[in-house]
Amino acid sequence: MLQIGLGHYLTVAAILFTLGLFGIFLNRKNVIIILMSIELMLLAVNINLVAFSTHLQDMAGQVFAMFVLTVAAAEAAVGLAILVVYHRNRGSIEVEDINMMKG
Amino acid sequence: MILQALIFYLFAFVAVGAGVMVIVARNPVHSVLFLILTFFNAAGLFVLMGAEFLAMLLVVVYVGAVAVLFLFVVMMLEIDFIRLREGFLQYMPVGGLLGLVLLAELVVVIGGYFMAPAVAGTHGALAAASAPVVGDITNTEALGRLLYTEYVYIFQAAGLVLLVAMVGAIVLTLRHREVRRQRISDQVSRRPGETVELVKVPTGSGV
Repeated sequence: MLQIGLGHYLTVAAILFTLGLFGIFLNRKNVIIILMSIELMLLAVNINLVAFSTHLQDMAGQVFAMFVLTVAAAEAAVGLAILVVYHRNRGSIEVEDINMMKG
Repeated sequence: MILQALIFYLFAFVAVGAGVMVIVARNPVHSVLFLILTFFNAAGLFVLMGAEFLAMLLVVVYVGAVAVLFLFVVMMLEIDFIRLREGFLQYMPVGGLLGLVLLAELVVVIGGYFMAPAVAGTHGALAAASAPVVGDITNTEALGRLLYTEYVYIFQAAGLVLLVAMVGAIVLTLRHREVRRQRISDQVSRRPGETVELVKVPTGSGV
């Protein structure tokens, strides 16, 4: 209990990942919260990578965590830009309204 | 050792609590602020694991850039957030079910990892300051040595990803307003015949 090991960090990451997935289902209408939930899931993945990197004494995990961070930042920027353009065109960000491209 | 455990539990519980608040907060602005809190505590966990550079990166990039971007967008868009909350409870059962299934799977995986350590390899405690480095160089230096030698091409590709994201975001949100701009080709291609007009004014009658 007082000896903090790999399992503790993995548990925190698992809980955060589940929260992210839960948030996607809970806030099905609000795209901003869905994007934030995706950020939470990526953060959980990063915690996992760093925990295993420390556990296995291998720096490659931290390098990959950095790349995950990079991609997450790019994803947030492009996603929010799309959201702004969508709101400008339609005046709403409800997921149910996004059906313009439906055949 | 006890201090390390206490700090770990502090960071972990605040991170999980803030993560819960991110998805259940009524106001998206509060959600963003709780997201920032989660990132701060995750950075604390990273420091506990000996990854100082990534912790600072998390604070600078996420709290400094991404979360502020979220905050800007949330405040910029005029959204009826009350209407977006409709159906919140409607999705609760299926979402909760999926979340529970995923959590159970993760618990089984992690539990299996620790039930049969012989299969998964040995497991020991993560020391507080056990930076995974050779010799006595710092975490940042070790990361830099690896990043600029072995992973230099992936590093460049990451830069390319960021460049494409930046260009994409600008192109998406750029609005073409009616701005008078200098067109050099038009200026160069002007001829005296189409711009200068000679008027012969009769004397005494005015123009």
